[in-house]
Amino acid sequence: MKPVYILSDNIITSLGFTTAENMEAILHEQIGIKTFDDPLLYHSPIAVSLVDTARLSAEFDTVIDHYQSTLHSAAFTRLEKLFILSVHDALKLQDVNPRDPRTLLVISTTKGNIDLLEDRNKMLFGHKRIYLWELARVIGIFFGFVTKPMIISNACISGVVAVMAATRFLQNGSYDNAVVTGGDILSEFVVSGFQSFQALSMAPCKPFDLNRNGLSLGEGCGTMVLSVNDRDNGKTAIRIAGAATTNDANHISGPSRTGEELSMAIKSAMQQANVNASSVEYISAHGTATLFNDEMESKAVGLSALSHVPVSSLKGYWGHTLGAAGLIESVAAVTSIRNNMLNRSAGFETPGVSSPLNVILKHQQAEVKTVLKTASGFGGCNAAIVFQSL
Amino acid sequence: MEELIEKLKKEVIAQLNLEDISPEDINPDSPLFGEGLGLDSIDALELIVLLEKNYGIKIEDPKDGKKIFFSIRSMAEYITENKK
Amino acid sequence: MESLITSCCIIRDNKVMLNDRLIYYQENISKFADFAKSVYKQANISYPKFYKMDSVSKLGFLATELVLQERTIAGYLPEKVGVVFANASSSLDTDMAHQETIKDRSGYFPSPSVFVYTLPNIVIGEVCIRHQIKGENAFLISESADAKMICNYVNELFDNDRVDACICGWVEVLGGQFFSLAMLVEKPEHYIPTDGIIKFLPKIFNVEHVNLFLKPN
Repeated sequence: MKPVYILSDNIITSLGFTTAENMEAILHEQIGIKTFDDPLLYHSPIAVSLVDTARLSAEFDTVIDHYQSTLHSAAFTRLEKLFILSVHDALKLQDVNPRDPRTLLVISTTKGNIDLLEDRNKMLFGHKRIYLWELARVIGIFFGFVTKPMIISNACISGVVAVMAATRFLQNGSYDNAVVTGGDILSEFVVSGFQSFQALSMAPCKPFDLNRNGLSLGEGCGTMVLSVNDRDNGKTAIRIAGAATTNDANHISGPSRTGEELSMAIKSAMQQANVNASSVEYISAHGTATLFNDEMESKAVGLSALSHVPVSSLKGYWGHTLGAAGLIESVAAVTSIRNNMLNRSAGFETPGVSSPLNVILKHQQAEVKTVLKTASGFGGCNAAIVFQSL
Repeated sequence: MEELIEKLKKEVIAQLNLEDISPEDINPDSPLFGEGLGLDSIDALELIVLLEKNYGIKIEDPKDGKKIFFSIRSMAEYITENKK
Repeated sequence: MESLITSCCIIRDNKVMLNDRLIYYQENISKFADFAKSVYKQANISYPKFYKMDSVSKLGFLATELVLQERTIAGYLPEKVGVVFANASSSLDTDMAHQETIKDRSGYFPSPSVFVYTLPNIVIGEVCIRHQIKGENAFLISESADAKMICNYVNELFDNDRVDACICGWVEVLGGQFFSLAMLVEKPEHYIPTDGIIKFLPKIFNVEHVNLFLKPN
């Protein structure tokens, strides 16, 4: 199989506007999840991870100038600003040209511009902006992409599926490069929905912890630039070595009780990567801090013979960023390889799952060459992907 | 109480989209979960919404749900005790 | 070696076409929910969870159910059967229903059974639960039904041995307008006509043939 390399990346969350800024914040134990009291978001205070709006505007105004766009900042939605800033930063090194017909744009999002359904926002943008294909068109046009964007909307595994799909289309020769970007915004729509599921924690979430009591919602955007040609800069090449999706076929909102299907995805990804259980050095888990997800995920890890592998969920820092999660957490996984660093699983204190996990208690240097990223979502879907340095 | 039970049966059928079931099919003392109606975790959450929407009763601790939603009769009794 | 479309269902304009036969046409039903219910009854399906589904899930469920009434996937390993669906409006039909429950602070009653369907991939979950399918799955979005997009994605799964069979197609519902195409795609070596009778001449799974099914007639 043709190798697919990761050339550059970006993360935008409450903790910063670049990958470096985010990972630095994490090293300094900054938690992006804070209590917000905004009646437009929810009728009582909730713990969420929000991107700094003032900075978002300022950064976006700078980028608009850079692209000498004839459009005003006000012509773009909050989510579009996140996507554009993220893709812009990831494309900074100019290895990959968006105008090249051999470059694919892949977009991952669960709800897109869903805030446009609110009465106060309805008139601000055209009636088509609520559609994910229109969101994709706006982003594509901004950078001059000439290929039709691929849009993945697959609940919380969307980001991983996007990276997986891009990899597959590079490997089979359909394209040479891909810009894969995933994002979602926090909205009353999503907060109210998760509240009706009683799935939200009132404090920053505690993945895998005995006292975990729900997830913390977040917003953000993550981008990866992939290519069949590695950048010749003397640095270690990191490639996507294998990926798979499965379905629990059990329940549309509750995960499998056995973790068997996520384990199948993990094993398939590892098999494609030609990697056995003893070679995996870090798991960047889904770890949403709901009772059921973390329990299921621990079982899946156990079934895959990976109980010994250092694992962390970074949702304790960023919250659950939905369509962005698969991207930003994959970028974090790749950064672990680049920096030989294992990141702590924020929020974890006492083991709280039935299948043992080697949860990382503090940031530490370690040789990291092979990383597994897992994800699961509503609809019973699971995804697993292996990143590896050569 | 019997009037409330009949009303509740209709409301539960509507709220949970139990289309092929009529009020006569539901025994007010039979367990709602497990066997019988085959309700699941989403249905349990919907019953909490039903209580709030139709009767103004907010369940503070979802763990109380098991007792309250055991049967139509236990729901009716809870409503009678707590209705504002 | 190209894959084959071995069973195919099209639902549009109040008609249900299954493998080149018009099996149902109900001219005077205007609401999608009523149409879906009448198809469900007429097809003799017994699956009470159907009534809890939203419109996208009902539509995809019905199209897939009919496809699999003509061709079974029982011989395949669950993890080697995939489901790939796409549409234009994602779950917008249900999104608007959820928005209705939260727009007034006075009547604020978000419903978990509505919210769970505000993700387009739930239809894949429903199909997987019904038919115990556990393999590769993905939901794609496109402004209009794109045969090339569906064929490229699904053919890649077959070319790399990720699936032995795949349910795929288009499931679009918005404001009463609906259109679904569901296809069962299999590798030719697995295609054995049931009972020696060829109910439906399989077509090669390619853009030309998928476009034929996508065309209104």
